[in-house]
Amino acid sequence: MLTFDKCGIYCAQAGIYIDPWKPVDKAIITHAHSDHARWGMKAYVAHRLAVPVMRLRLGADINVQSVEYGEVLNINGVKISLHPAGHIWGSAQVRLEYKGEIWVVSGDYKLQADGITTPFEHVKCHSFITESTFGLPVYKFPTSEEVYADINAWWQKNRDEGKNSVILAYALGKAQRVHAHLNTTIGDIYLHGAVDNINKIYEENIGALPIAKRIDASVNRKDIKGAMIIAPPSAADTPWLRSMQPYKLGICSGWMQLRGTRRRRGADRGFVLSDHADWEQLNTAVRETGAQNVYVTHGYKSIYSRWLETNYGLNATEVDTLYTGEALDDTTDSETAENKPDESI
Amino acid sequence: MKAFSQLFTNIDQTTSTNEKIDALVTYLDTADEQDAIWCVALLSGRRPKRTIKTSELWEWSGELSGLPSWLLAESYHIVGDLAETISLVIPPSNDERDHPLHEIINALIALKDSDEQQRKAYITDMWQHFGRQELFVFNKLITGGFRMGVSDKIVIKALAKHYKVDENIIAHRLTGNWEAHNNTLPKLLAAGDSGDDISKPYPFYLAYPLETPPQELGSVGDWIIERKYDGIRGQIIVRNQQLFVWSRGEDLLTEKFIEFEGLINILPNGTVIDGEILPVKDGKFLPFHVMQTRIGRKNVTKKALQEAPLVMVCYDIIEHNGTDIRHLSMQERRTVLEGLLTTLKEQHPELPLQLSPLVQCTTWDEVAEERARSREYVCEGLMLKRKSSEYKTGRRRGDWWKWKVDPLSIDGVLLYAQRGHGRRANLYTDFTFAVWDGDELVPFAKAYSGLRDKELLEVDAWIKKNTIDKFGPVRSVTPTLVFELGFEGISPSPRHKSGIALRFPRILRWRQDKGVKEANTKADLIELLNAYRE
Ligand SMILES: [Zn+2]
Ligand SMILES: [Zn+2]
Repeated sequence: MLTFDKCGIYCAQAGIYIDPWKPVDKAIITHAHSDHARWGMKAYVAHRLAVPVMRLRLGADINVQSVEYGEVLNINGVKISLHPAGHIWGSAQVRLEYKGEIWVVSGDYKLQADGITTPFEHVKCHSFITESTFGLPVYKFPTSEEVYADINAWWQKNRDEGKNSVILAYALGKAQRVHAHLNTTIGDIYLHGAVDNINKIYEENIGALPIAKRIDASVNRKDIKGAMIIAPPSAADTPWLRSMQPYKLGICSGWMQLRGTRRRRGADRGFVLSDHADWEQLNTAVRETGAQNVYVTHGYKSIYSRWLETNYGLNATEVDTLYTGEALDDTTDSETAENKPDESI
Repeated sequence: MKAFSQLFTNIDQTTSTNEKIDALVTYLDTADEQDAIWCVALLSGRRPKRTIKTSELWEWSGELSGLPSWLLAESYHIVGDLAETISLVIPPSNDERDHPLHEIINALIALKDSDEQQRKAYITDMWQHFGRQELFVFNKLITGGFRMGVSDKIVIKALAKHYKVDENIIAHRLTGNWEAHNNTLPKLLAAGDSGDDISKPYPFYLAYPLETPPQELGSVGDWIIERKYDGIRGQIIVRNQQLFVWSRGEDLLTEKFIEFEGLINILPNGTVIDGEILPVKDGKFLPFHVMQTRIGRKNVTKKALQEAPLVMVCYDIIEHNGTDIRHLSMQERRTVLEGLLTTLKEQHPELPLQLSPLVQCTTWDEVAEERARSREYVCEGLMLKRKSSEYKTGRRRGDWWKWKVDPLSIDGVLLYAQRGHGRRANLYTDFTFAVWDGDELVPFAKAYSGLRDKELLEVDAWIKKNTIDKFGPVRSVTPTLVFELGFEGISPSPRHKSGIALRFPRILRWRQDKGVKEANTKADLIELLNAYRE
């Protein structure tokens, strides 16, 4: 029912693509990260909470239909519905059913509860398309609560030493996740403009976040003392970041699980915090779908496919896509839209 | 073990030297004295003899984790560290225990006399009762290579702070051969001069690379300028009628350098000379690799002795008549050295010691010209040493600089690519390059560092689109892209198809301006080899 072509994942019966990477007529978008929600589609379908972010990043004038989780669209006999993916707020898995055959495109997902995102829902299907960003047994993420506690303890320690704490986290998703769990009794919270833009949408559509100030021309840098500053990864190595001196730098990413990555980054602290599934979560998700056919996209594709075939006896196929997974660098930031000048501070 | 693991974590989580020193001082303040000396031993690269084989670790961790061996191998390829890989795949413990560091080390040492069953029982039991961090540190104790981002300088400073003893004394006491077993730090550090191990070298003073224009160093007249030789930095020690030759890596190499044997009867007792050990033939220095083959061998052959007799090019004297003279100025030490070597040379014309010649210049422009001629002398560049400088410990800025020549370079064609490690595991970052030999491309070098992140991504995307074949983690690509590679040296190598081997190859830049036919040829490499050999 689904095929992979040069534009993306395609359902010919419904005439619709899922997360295409080239301009097409009609696209269902799993979530608003820029490697999945790309510019140039004539019509979009997305979850209600993804729509305002897409308008901010792709243009206010895009043609987009907003849907809820579980709402069924019937397109030329294909029943299409979105289900929570737990990746970031407004992220969805796409379920497609035609003549009794069911496919699920999971986009990016995680099973771990993060405190702000609608939890992942297991959807039964015959064919499952999964990412494999952290598809190796060495990735075993700690619980969100442990990491939030570590972040707050680190902030307190830095503050005691008279330093600011800068956290680099994706502006969409991870930044709100960290922000919502900061202990506001420790000190002030400041936001990079790109984070504040997304936070505004979060607050308008979901709920309040702890009080924080946007860092703009009106803020005197001398007033920022012992504060927590949340900025996107693209702020690394910029004069903007250097103006936050004295500070300690923390990076939130699943890649921080590996010591080599932590050390190469030159950050003061690496927090193992990801919006993707680790090894156990991937395995659980795949098993729970009951699918016999699994298509493995971005990540450790060949390793993870081999594991699914040899360990679970599934038909696993590697698929080449242009999704980038969780990136650590500026240049591979899947939210490159943040680098647009109008969104900078 | 928990305390030591915590120390490890604290050190690992900071890039600040001061915080690392503080963490170490805090550990020393509370640690058991046997744990403390083992900690210092491990941090300065003295680890117990390994008693567990890598294959055993693979097998046992496979059993405990329930993972197939191919998946463990893939994981290791991406993590890049065996100890860490195992610590990540062992199921988390719900029954953690603590043991003193020295007890664990002693147990590991004792395993050498036990059979596989006992070794397995001990290791797997420990694996099931450690937290993640202790598990990693424990595995590091087994596999060795304990570096943990602590330089000798940090260890010395922390010990000086904890014991309130002068850094230079600590540095000297920590050098050379000593045992952690049945020893304590106070014993090691308090040993009087008479009780000292007479083989002990001084910690080497190392130069920083010069990154600013030399004009910023002030007047040329304040500097001693010498050539930077490409040999083995070493200290020749004669004390109590005994000879010791140490390399900078703190290896005792006396046996390998039999040319120096006669110095026992020539150098006065209580002499320590610092210099560069080099092969020489007919008054000319030979390239580094000529000596390298010889060091790798167990016994020095007659042939090697004839082909590449060694000398030391001497540039410093740090102990004279039994007295540590590191506090004298470079100029004063040089005068002592010149006096000693001139006298000895008159009595022993075949002396395997040569005075490092001074490069005489009056302006920095002249110095730059001399630097440009380095390769004519089979040298890597120049050394600039402030005449007033003391002989310090470790790598320090300010008084000693090395000013190397730009690396050699060649344009190669990208032929194979392999996935990187860690965060680059999704990217093809390890490349094999080839040069033309007629119509054929012959691989000649592997390199992975040097490209900017943006270029890496571009090249990665290109590789994925232009793959001809996949074998394991390696892809072969359509020969199209040309890169300029830099390297420090070139030597003949019958093991490689190209017939040469490069020293420290790295990517200098992506030559997007060059077509594949414009890459260099094997003949160009041979020409470089011959030029470099002369
Ligand atoms: Zn995403
Ligand atoms: Zn993705």
